[in-house]
Amino acid sequence: MIEVDNVTKRYGSTTVVDSVSLTIAKGGMTAIVGPNGAGKSTLCSMIGRLIPMDEGSIKVDRFDVTATKGERLARRISILSQENHVTARLSVEDLVLLGRYPYTHGRTTVEDREHLEATIDFMELGPLRHRFLDQLSGGQRQRAFVAMVLCQDTDYILLDEPLNSLDMKHAVAMMKLLRRVCDEQQKTIVYVVHDVNIASWYSDRVVALRDGRIVHDGNPSSFMQPEVMESIFEVDVVIREVKGKPFAVYYG
Amino acid sequence: MTLRPVKSIEPGIAASVVVVILLCFVSIAIGAYSLSVIDLVRGDAEFHDSMVMATSRIPRTLAIVLVGMSTSVCGLIMQMLARNKFASPTTAGTVPAASLGILTMALLVPGATMFMKMIVATLFALVGTAAFLLILRYSPMRSPLAVPLVGLMFGGVLGSIATFFAYRYDLLQSLSAWTEGDFSRVLKGRYELLWLSAALTVVAYLAADRFTVAGLGESFATNLGLNYRRVTVLGLVIVATITAVNVVTVGAIPFLGLIVPNVISLAIGDNVRRAVPYAAIGGAAFLLVCDIAGRLIRQPFEIPISAIAGVIGSMVFLVLLIREAPRGS
Ligand SMILES: Nc1ncnc2c1ncn2[C@@H]1O[C@H](COP(=O)(O)OP(=O)(O)O)[C@@H](O)[C@H]1O
Ligand SMILES: [Mg+2]
Repeated sequence: MIEVDNVTKRYGSTTVVDSVSLTIAKGGMTAIVGPNGAGKSTLCSMIGRLIPMDEGSIKVDRFDVTATKGERLARRISILSQENHVTARLSVEDLVLLGRYPYTHGRTTVEDREHLEATIDFMELGPLRHRFLDQLSGGQRQRAFVAMVLCQDTDYILLDEPLNSLDMKHAVAMMKLLRRVCDEQQKTIVYVVHDVNIASWYSDRVVALRDGRIVHDGNPSSFMQPEVMESIFEVDVVIREVKGKPFAVYYG
Repeated sequence: MTLRPVKSIEPGIAASVVVVILLCFVSIAIGAYSLSVIDLVRGDAEFHDSMVMATSRIPRTLAIVLVGMSTSVCGLIMQMLARNKFASPTTAGTVPAASLGILTMALLVPGATMFMKMIVATLFALVGTAAFLLILRYSPMRSPLAVPLVGLMFGGVLGSIATFFAYRYDLLQSLSAWTEGDFSRVLKGRYELLWLSAALTVVAYLAADRFTVAGLGESFATNLGLNYRRVTVLGLVIVATITAVNVVTVGAIPFLGLIVPNVISLAIGDNVRRAVPYAAIGGAAFLLVCDIAGRLIRQPFEIPISAIAGVIGSMVFLVLLIREAPRGS
């Protein structure tokens, strides 16, 4: 269970996450949505202990993220940030294998190899496995990063905009794959996404942030209401049923 | 760009060790006083020959190998920590700071032992390199070229301070001894500190995976449970100490820590565990070639190794720069 208790983050006099409390139970996929600058990345980074908070506390399975040894947390929760400028010339295989670092510190075991092979297969990275990261397209690199995080094999996985630079085919493939990881391996996935239809289609729960506060929290059907969406995103939304599920149209 | 499988060069390690050993023999054999290595091996050599051998030739070649290996590995570590291919002991203020440290000792404690000088130079190098990393972190320039630009300016400032005091106190001669590497003064009893560099190179290899993870940046490193600060400090201590030891004993070698790791990175990538052995062997080979060239070109005179390294190094560096250019920032 992830417990976010009254967490606040300020930059100078601006409060970017404002007394947020949120409990995410084990299992299931939770989407975090909201306009640009709502504080989604900041909240994720604090849960993943990448940045400190000013007030409040965050616990993952009762371990306080600011007080627990980094290595112990790394076997429990993993996070992929929104912006990743990796300059190191690593091959896809090397990168994915680094996901095992919290367990074996680079002294690769047979078990690590098995995890690597399974993840490469699963993410369909076989043809790219010996390429260096700087020889990949943005979308291919994004898939390699997600693969590294999956190879880390933690119960909780935080992904900040995992669909960044993915085309339609790979975005859908990524979502199906995350759904499978969640269902078959009992993982808890929290991800930030901009496409509200993706959020509602693939998630069990949708949390909406605006100006650093949670403005909606519920299952996809409670989220896919015109008034709810308009209050979050300030756009006119029409909801239609497609393949038996609510679908939001917000263009035109 | 052609795509090579990552592992294709791996068997090359044995071959390159053989090449380095051959270069060592050549380096020992040539010199103003000609020695026959074959005679020595057969035991036919004069007593005088074996003395020259043991007190001068072998120490000299050993020193070249040790400095070549450790400087190159230093550059590799710095490039991972700064996450920039242009970082190296000479381009990131480490060498100028270490020389400033030795100069300070020469002024304040003229009778200091080599070991004392080394300790003070290490402290200066640590502070200098840490300051450089901080300047880089807070500099508004995000281009990869910020590293050599800021580094050269920073090194220039430290160098001017050193030159100013060296000039005032008539130490310019000694200053150039530290800034321009030269192995002709290496004798038995005057190079053994270099084994410390070798030991630290081994430490760098043992901590290789940490440096690979740190090279992904602070977010990735934290996600993988690595204490990023601690690894940065470990890397800085290794780099500062190796640089200080090398500068105190033989002086600085330009470009070595820059170009050798870059060539290795292009060939096999930045997995530090895999790259360290190649960087070490490559560094030794590069320096041996510079040394042999320096002694053959104008026999019986010797061109300083740092001059040869500067010429070869700057040419390789230009090629690397031009290769890098189309990829932009
Ligand atoms: N390091 C920082 N310094 C100052 N302001 C920041 C910093 N990081 C984020 N912010 C601000 O915090 C707010 C929330 O940012 P973020 O969490 O990245 O939003 P998003 O919901 O788009 O992911 C934005 O207004 C952003 O400008
Ligand atoms: Mg964001």
